[in-house]
Amino acid sequence: MLPIIKREVVERFSWLSDEEFVDALAVTQSLPGAIAVNTAIFIGYKVRGFMGAVISMLGAVLPSYIVILFIAAFLTHFTEYKLVQAAFSGIRPAIAALIAAAVLKVGRPVIKERLNLALAFLFLIFSEVLGLHAILVILSGGLIGLIRHYIHYRQTKKKCEADTE
Amino acid sequence: MILLQLYLAFAKMGFFSIGGGYVMLSLIENEIINARGWLTSAEFVDILAISEMTPGPIAINSATFIGYRVAGVMGSIIATIGVITPSILLVLLAATLFKRFYQNSWVQAAFSGLRPAVIGLIAGAAIFITRTALIDLPSIIIALGAFLLLILTRLHPIAVLAFSALAGVICQYLF
Repeated sequence: MLPIIKREVVERFSWLSDEEFVDALAVTQSLPGAIAVNTAIFIGYKVRGFMGAVISMLGAVLPSYIVILFIAAFLTHFTEYKLVQAAFSGIRPAIAALIAAAVLKVGRPVIKERLNLALAFLFLIFSEVLGLHAILVILSGGLIGLIRHYIHYRQTKKKCEADTE
Repeated sequence: MILLQLYLAFAKMGFFSIGGGYVMLSLIENEIINARGWLTSAEFVDILAISEMTPGPIAINSATFIGYRVAGVMGSIIATIGVITPSILLVLLAATLFKRFYQNSWVQAAFSGLRPAVIGLIAGAAIFITRTALIDLPSIIIALGAFLLLILTRLHPIAVLAFSALAGVICQYLF
């Protein structure tokens, strides 16, 4: 998705410079929501203000919306066919594999740090064994990040003070 | 009333779907399946299958699909608007505050803390889906095969899904 956005936005229409595009991604990737939609809103806003944001968001959302609406409306009839049912019986386990592979792909850069691996495991237990709500897991993750930063901040401050003395 | 509920549920999920679409799975599991019973776990896996086979973000696809299931076309519109509302508000806010916001070290720290939480949640969703989707020997074999293809080869996920669909059809007619 991102290479396509870059080709259109930077190379074809020159709405953003290379550097602006990287900045835009940094912001839109860290905010909640789908990256493609966030990027569309951000770039639309940069180019044409609020109206630009709304229009480019619609452009990013509508194709998915129409495709899925179409499938949702016809799927019930669709799944009455034996062949479709058989195909789905193969697709369902593959989806489980796909998500498991996604854990590895998303996780690999994060768990390079040992503490992150331990934390990820801890959060897994929180959510699956203790049944903690996903939102609480996310909030506690943010909180732990802040606490780690605070400890680090205090340590560097102390070290600086010790150095100056 | 159901429309308002749909809107609020998806706006809430949109607000917390951090770090790519897969966290959405965990949120759907909590908010839609467990808390509201709008969807069974088997339907959830089917929606996910359709999301993976079609272009577009998982968040949008699942909002459209679940919205339609719960309250027809109107439901699909409301749920989709719900899931993108937080994006609109937060991105516009960030676009105006931009660098000051993003380069703030406390904001960065909070985000870096979110990452392991996101990994934990996706792993949880993987377990949940595995429990739902792996029901007999053929499904376990297909899952293992698909997993190996995904991590060992550079095959496109859609191709892996197509192979698995074929395997499902073959199994059905063999046994």
